[in-house]
Amino acid sequence: MNLLWLQASGCGGCTMSLLCAEGPTAIEALSDAGITLLWHPALSRETGAEALALLQAVEAGEIPLDILCVEGAIARGPRGTGRFQMLSGTGRSLMDWTQSLATRARHVVAVGTCAAYGGVTAAGGNPSDACGLQYDGTHPGGLLPAGFRAHAGLPVINVAGCPTHPGWVTETLMLLAAGAMGAGDLDGLQRPRFYADNLVHHGCPKNEFYEYKASARELSDLGCMMENLGCIGTQAVGDCNIRPWNGEGSCTRGGYPCINCTAPEFEDPRHSFTETPKIAGIPVGLPTDMPKAWFMALASLSKAATPERIGRNAVADRIVVPPTLRPKK
Amino acid sequence: MTDSPARLVVGPFNRVEGDLEITLDVQEGRVAAARINAPLYRGFERMLEGRDPRDALTITPRICGICSISQSAAAARALADAMGLQPEPQGARVAALIHAVENVADHLTHFHLFFMPDFTRPIYADRPWHGRMVDRFTAATGSALTRAVAARAELFHILGMMAGKWPHTLAIQPGGVTKAPTARDKARIQATLRSFRRYLEEGLFGGRLEDFVALSSVTALEGWAGGDVALFLDAAADLDLGTLGRGSGRYLSFGAYPMPDGPIFARGLWDGTLRAFDPAAIREDLSHAWMLGETRHPSQGETRPDEDMAAPAYSWCKAPRLDGLTVETGALARQIVDGHPLALALAAEGGVRARVAARLLEIARTQIVMEGLAAGIRPEESFMARAALPRNGAGVGLVEAARGALGHWLTIERGRIARYQIIAPTTWNFSPRDAAGMPGPVEAALEGAPVRAGEITPVSVQHIVRSFDPCMVCTVH
Repeated sequence: MNLLWLQASGCGGCTMSLLCAEGPTAIEALSDAGITLLWHPALSRETGAEALALLQAVEAGEIPLDILCVEGAIARGPRGTGRFQMLSGTGRSLMDWTQSLATRARHVVAVGTCAAYGGVTAAGGNPSDACGLQYDGTHPGGLLPAGFRAHAGLPVINVAGCPTHPGWVTETLMLLAAGAMGAGDLDGLQRPRFYADNLVHHGCPKNEFYEYKASARELSDLGCMMENLGCIGTQAVGDCNIRPWNGEGSCTRGGYPCINCTAPEFEDPRHSFTETPKIAGIPVGLPTDMPKAWFMALASLSKAATPERIGRNAVADRIVVPPTLRPKK
Repeated sequence: MTDSPARLVVGPFNRVEGDLEITLDVQEGRVAAARINAPLYRGFERMLEGRDPRDALTITPRICGICSISQSAAAARALADAMGLQPEPQGARVAALIHAVENVADHLTHFHLFFMPDFTRPIYADRPWHGRMVDRFTAATGSALTRAVAARAELFHILGMMAGKWPHTLAIQPGGVTKAPTARDKARIQATLRSFRRYLEEGLFGGRLEDFVALSSVTALEGWAGGDVALFLDAAADLDLGTLGRGSGRYLSFGAYPMPDGPIFARGLWDGTLRAFDPAAIREDLSHAWMLGETRHPSQGETRPDEDMAAPAYSWCKAPRLDGLTVETGALARQIVDGHPLALALAAEGGVRARVAARLLEIARTQIVMEGLAAGIRPEESFMARAALPRNGAGVGLVEAARGALGHWLTIERGRIARYQIIAPTTWNFSPRDAAGMPGPVEAALEGAPVRAGEITPVSVQHIVRSFDPCMVCTVH
């Protein structure tokens, strides 16, 4: 299968993250799955005229395009021209190229939240009028209309994340190569369910603190970051705490909150990323699927029942009270 | 050769980070003039206006997926400056370690994935080293690339542990870092560093890092016989890359890895002698950028794109100048300013070989620095100091990214970001002409580059441009 990778309006971080794949490396994994890299902006030898000739051959249908991966949002500005990002050496905007190549592809994959929904490129008033491939923030329809289907029948596959986990990308591509991904394998925002059916909360090492609402007050405290520090891991999709990042990491393991980077419009939460908005002292936002009354009742009960160990550790930067060892009977 | 003047537009220019287009005027087999276009505008400085100042720690790393931690570190320093806060010494130590890991990894990525594959081109098929290059450095799949990518991924386990993930961490804060390492974490970090040293010594350098760091002349460098470093040096000597793409000889470093007693690699300006660097002497010239406004110091700067993209501008990149002059920044500049003997010897050369060799030197030196930082972690101490943000104030964060001097200038009014200006390393190196018509550093370095008959994407131009390791996503941001 032929894969072409374009970098649209983004930071390139999803490629950099992809290169963190281990056992085997990303390039080996794709090659082993029968995927041929036609061209990638960071990896291929072809540059300038050679690269342009290749893109033109794909656009003309002379080289079959099985998978088009797009990383980065689509800059539509200024005034709908796309000239905030021209594909160098071609006199054409990335917007124009992406639109044209998408019509050739059997599958179109949006790599990262920018390509999926606009992401950080669309933050703060969206200076470049950026959007995602098939979404504009939460709204269906971006560069491509909501009804778009690539030749194999799927809509744009949104491998959202900022950055994406290398496994999310390699596994999506391996499943596509194996013909093992159908419409039912995508969630309501077109993200692969193999990671989007999980919440970042699942496997979070702060879960015992969460159970008792034993909250961190400041960054570097060990406690749960939901109440004060803006963490929305109980609402964000992703298997970040089930499979590790870069060996054994995740945002919450690193001591900072989940900011819901797999979701559209995470870039503009309307409050500081590291502070939980509150109304009359009560945090706004509920864990996914949790009825409010029950959550409030359970939270006040569990808070009252917090063991001393958990309460003290929650506001320390290291474990100050270890678990009690039960004497052998 | 009596070619008539010809104009070449080189792009898509890949194996650089981000978008880059170069227009060349070629005359008599040489580049007569070069114009560099950074063709992507996103408007990060505008996105930040009106936000809670702490949001800079989430937003600015996402300017760039390869210099992400550098952006974090600059934002954290700017906020700390506005708060009048000194990070906890141990927090500064871990932040420096996290940052050094990214910088070394960037050098590794540049050498293997971006720079070296050009030597595998058929144009060099008659050179004695070509077969080894094809084996080791074929784009994407060469044996040296595969090994380097695996070693990089393993090195990043330090970031998984201490920064949660890479890129785009929130671990670096104005007062230190969000996670206090335990004794076990320290032991694991040291194990990862020992493994990375093994990779460097067995593969890339083919010798002890201390021996490479002890080199003090270009002749001694040329005698280095180990690993892929020697393969690069062979090709560089054969192709005379020492004299290709020479810079202005003015080198700037903001000083890398701020510690309580000063940066680990020194701050300064070098133009034959070492001078103090005065941040007040920076101006951003907009004459050839698609930007509206006047030439200003970044603390007073603005970012208003010219949607008409009117001539004579030809890039979204502003043109930073220091005391009215261009400066080159990057690993070569950093090592020269720090006074390393080999770097000072390479300063006289100042071309493609010097830049790449300085990056290799810095990989070796930074490995030793990282080992020292890790050994000095004291898990029993505090890793985070705290202070409140001022309602009104200003701050500056000057750090060294892999590619050189990175600055953030922040103004806070009524608790919100009123102004945020960023000058990235590649903004310096890949800047367009200024009002005086002076070309940017890379534009100047390209003048005189040889163009072979029939070449439309000249390989010499590729060597020169990639020797600077541009990060174009940072450039305009």
